[in-house]
Amino acid sequence: MRVALSWLRELVDIPESADELREILDDLGLVVEAIERVGEPLEEVVVARVDEIRPIAGADRIRLVVVDAGSGPLEIVCGATNFDVGDHVPLARVGAVLPGDVVISRRQMRGVTSNGMLCSSRELGLSDDAEGLMLLEGVQDRLGEPLHEVLEIASDVIFDISIEGNRPDAWSVMGVARDLATRLNRTLRSPRVATTHSTTMTTADVASAGIDDPYLCGRLVVSVVRGVHVGPSPVWVTRRLESAGLRPISNVVDASNLVMLEMGQPTHPYDASRVAGRTLRARRARPQERLITLDGVTRDLARAGRGLGDTGVDCVIVDGEDTVLGLAGIMGGAASEITADTTEILLEAAYFDPMTIARSSKRHGLRTEASVRFERGVDPELAPRAVARFVAILRESCPDLEWLSDPVDVRGMVPTPPTVELRRGDVERILGVSLDRDEVTRLLEGLGFSVTAGSTSLFVTAPSARLDVRHGAAGRADVVEEVARLHGYRRLARRAPSWAEPGALNSRTRLRRRVRDVAVDLGMYEVWTPTLVSDDEFDLVARGDERVRITNPLASGDSTLRATLLTGVVRAWARNVERGLGDVIVGEIGTVFTHPSRGGGRPTRGGVAGATTLSLPGEHERLTVVLGRVHDDAATAVAWWSVMADRLGLADVVVRSSDDMGGGLHPTRGAQLVDRTTGAVLGRVGEVEAELVAALVPGLRERRVGVLDLDLDVIADPARARRRDNDATVPSRYPSALLDLALVTPQSVHVQDLAWALRTASPLVESVHVFDVFRSENLPEGTRSVAFAIRLGSSERTLSDDEIRLVRESLLASAASLGATLR
Amino acid sequence: MTTSSSFDDLAERSRELLALIESAGSLDELRQSEPVLIGKRSPLAAWQKSLGSLDAAQRAEAGARLQDVRRQVQTALAHRREVLERRARDERAAQDRLDLGDVVVRSVSAPLRAGHPGLVATTQRELEDVFVAMGFTVVEGPEVETDWYNFEALNIPPAHPARGMWDTFYVDLGEPETVVLRTHTSPTQVHLMEAAVAEGTLPIHAVAPGRCFRRDTPDARHLAVFHQIEGLVVDRDVTFADMAGVIETFTRAYFGPDITSRLRPAYFPFTEPSAEFEITCTICRGAGCRTCSSTGWIELGGCGMVDPAVFEAVGIDVEHWQGFAFGFGIDRCAQMRFGIADMRALVENDVRFVGQFS
Repeated sequence: MRVALSWLRELVDIPESADELREILDDLGLVVEAIERVGEPLEEVVVARVDEIRPIAGADRIRLVVVDAGSGPLEIVCGATNFDVGDHVPLARVGAVLPGDVVISRRQMRGVTSNGMLCSSRELGLSDDAEGLMLLEGVQDRLGEPLHEVLEIASDVIFDISIEGNRPDAWSVMGVARDLATRLNRTLRSPRVATTHSTTMTTADVASAGIDDPYLCGRLVVSVVRGVHVGPSPVWVTRRLESAGLRPISNVVDASNLVMLEMGQPTHPYDASRVAGRTLRARRARPQERLITLDGVTRDLARAGRGLGDTGVDCVIVDGEDTVLGLAGIMGGAASEITADTTEILLEAAYFDPMTIARSSKRHGLRTEASVRFERGVDPELAPRAVARFVAILRESCPDLEWLSDPVDVRGMVPTPPTVELRRGDVERILGVSLDRDEVTRLLEGLGFSVTAGSTSLFVTAPSARLDVRHGAAGRADVVEEVARLHGYRRLARRAPSWAEPGALNSRTRLRRRVRDVAVDLGMYEVWTPTLVSDDEFDLVARGDERVRITNPLASGDSTLRATLLTGVVRAWARNVERGLGDVIVGEIGTVFTHPSRGGGRPTRGGVAGATTLSLPGEHERLTVVLGRVHDDAATAVAWWSVMADRLGLADVVVRSSDDMGGGLHPTRGAQLVDRTTGAVLGRVGEVEAELVAALVPGLRERRVGVLDLDLDVIADPARARRRDNDATVPSRYPSALLDLALVTPQSVHVQDLAWALRTASPLVESVHVFDVFRSENLPEGTRSVAFAIRLGSSERTLSDDEIRLVRESLLASAASLGATLR
Repeated sequence: MTTSSSFDDLAERSRELLALIESAGSLDELRQSEPVLIGKRSPLAAWQKSLGSLDAAQRAEAGARLQDVRRQVQTALAHRREVLERRARDERAAQDRLDLGDVVVRSVSAPLRAGHPGLVATTQRELEDVFVAMGFTVVEGPEVETDWYNFEALNIPPAHPARGMWDTFYVDLGEPETVVLRTHTSPTQVHLMEAAVAEGTLPIHAVAPGRCFRRDTPDARHLAVFHQIEGLVVDRDVTFADMAGVIETFTRAYFGPDITSRLRPAYFPFTEPSAEFEITCTICRGAGCRTCSSTGWIELGGCGMVDPAVFEAVGIDVEHWQGFAFGFGIDRCAQMRFGIADMRALVENDVRFVGQFS
């Protein structure tokens, strides 16, 4: 909301500078987004009279104009043509500086000298009018005088204030001034208002009003104003409107707008002769009703909207024949608007239900100065005063105005201002500091609250303007906020609290940190890729799968929740490849989503009032690493994983080759990571499918790219991903025996299974490691040789040769049970 | 070759063409046969040429038959190509096969080079550590929420004008606008309080970091996807002064001893009294610069005393419990701490950028 300093100063004394005032406004929660200075005096811009206009040889777009600015003839070259000899125009003398830092100097053009510049209104920053020179009227005897003095332009400062949603009362200059007056402990002045005229007729003799739905319209005040001559507004009115960013239209509309800006009450003037029966009635719109609003758009009324619980209630104003005149509180219709011929006005000043206005405004995509105020809640008691102010303003341009007495005032339901009990200690309990009771009272009364002191409590009744103040405990918080706000947040104490409970990370955060640390130690650059992807991107690895869609994406590129990190990470790698930085490992830890119909939906409280249970998409945390260094492949990825598994303390995870790797992985160079005991799949390892690389990284088809894709939800769960035994084993003091075995092993037997069989063959086996896998035509068909380094030992003694021989036999027996024989 | 005889054996010759296609054993063979099948040297081309010499009635009839044959040949060709491509892919895959169970980890060699964590992750970690040291526990909540958690339980009923404060992505599930991508981390407050009430585990001293979404075109200062950290304290007698103290302690701990904080009134439906908190401009250290519009202060986040309406929604007795909450952008902290002019660098994922942080 734009508020002029000069306007505020009319309502409250403000000797402070603009910058000082900004600090005060900010501290009141009336946050100043921007400060604009207008009407700064223009040095060396004066009134001049045109005495002669001459063509310039060889130029048809410019002419030589001789002017007099009080000190004799001066030659100026000018391109405008909208003036004649005898007219008065603004002259920027040599040395003047115009808005935009345009410096006026003496210039030569086509052999003549220009001693300054004749200006348009826009060049002087006075309006947007750039159509020729600004023509000045009634200034014959003021040649050479500074323009800003002649035009009586006062310099001013405009504050662009952001009004918070719980300050319906602050949507007006008056509201801002009230806060300032209370904070600064100064007097708040009220604007001048009119009284009705004593006539033989009362309003009810010619007009009527009604409320059909008391929930939608809480008050409807209808006045009749006669003797109106539609024309321009006085200059002070148009200046005020312009300072607030509104365009002057006519004295009637301007007066209505000025009242709204000043007091916060929107009013709506109708041409009385165009309102059947001079009757205004507020009712609920019916299905199939339509209205052409002032902006020329045809509106279908009473249609259910998309919003949760929006059944399509519109409040409309109708005339005596039940014809819809306007969308109440939002925008009027074209049929009854004020025209140049209007002489009699019906003026509507009302209170509408904020929620109804908010829903209608959203549904019709129509936000107006009026709807913004009504949806926050206009003071239901303000209407009569606003009308009196409207008449006072309009009378300045229509001296014969007649305002019929006893405006029709119909009431529906309006909220009752709550009375909140502030018990002794309540302020301190919330703020942590106690404030003087008299100061609390003074601050609240300044804002229009009425305060009654009980024996230990203060009973605080909110003014009708403060529709944001609630009943009960919530109301107490509202009132205490007002006290704190006016007292000044910066003046409140602060204290570092402490409590007995220790701080801690949750287990998932600890796991994630561990995973990230290991990945980074192993060379991963962490990336952050989009959660929302396109349908095409989704299909790259999960073709045809049911997906979770966004109803209102910004663009088709973000229409779907990702089901994998793989495409995003490959794309991030691709971007680095394009920049010649592809010799790198990139990875992401993030959430992927599954459609609730695919199992794993999360039952969650939802619906209106949280009364139902909805099944939300499954959310799964994954680490996906793309190993893109020059020689990386599936084998590097396996090695990478083995370090990760070791550092995560996993008990025994088998790298189990699979031809069913799922989307995006190479079909024959992948494996699942399976907990041997629980069978849980912790993730997958392998290479990125060549087709996916080709799709995302053009020109890199032949490069192998390793990949590791971990399911952190499974890894976080020790019941599925078992951890190593917690008890420490002290290594034996006796020397170990080392044994190498090369076993011809059927292709179908997994190396890790064989290793496990060896490891468990005897309690004397300390560890088993694979050190070679070797294929040869000299080996039997369908086998390969697997070489193990086996460490044997006992915590009680040095093993004898016999013992070693026996262990060796049981090792071979175990191997044989899996079909593996000594080479 | 007379035109009549050539069209007479159309059926037979087309069977030969189809047989030829089926017999192609490789993509190469198929490619070599193409000129004979559909190219200039194919019978199709010859027939096409001879159509001209027929009279109108015959031409229409022969043309239709020819068209039919052409379609059959093309379909067969495409089908065969697909079969052979799949076969070739399978063969390549079979040749390429690597049994990952046989990988001998100890013999894999790979270059040694440090990686780098993402800036957001690093920042989040530091923030978590600061709050853990102050006695907060770290918790997390989901990214897809119902209207109840994201809005209504936070005292933002449907159609409330305050909803305009958040540009919301709606998820296409169930009734319209019932499921959202969370627009802030505040719904985690509701989950925390509901759980604490259900399990009888009040008080709460928690922070909840996480990813949030706003339907907003990204620019230098905002991303549509971003990270926030939310704080919630519910205890017997915590006050606004405690909240201001927590924010001040955090500010100095994270940004350094010469950076301080201050509060100014604001509106959030789920807190009352509410405040925005500002910190000393980290660029000019309070002297005034372009970043802070010469005020010396930068807005960081929002905070306030938990609104009694929120307590009521989750079933916490306002006569016995009181609380405060705060929230601010993790990405924004990183931006201010490291002087990142354009936030979009965070999602560019250029390793030269990531590599600067550890």
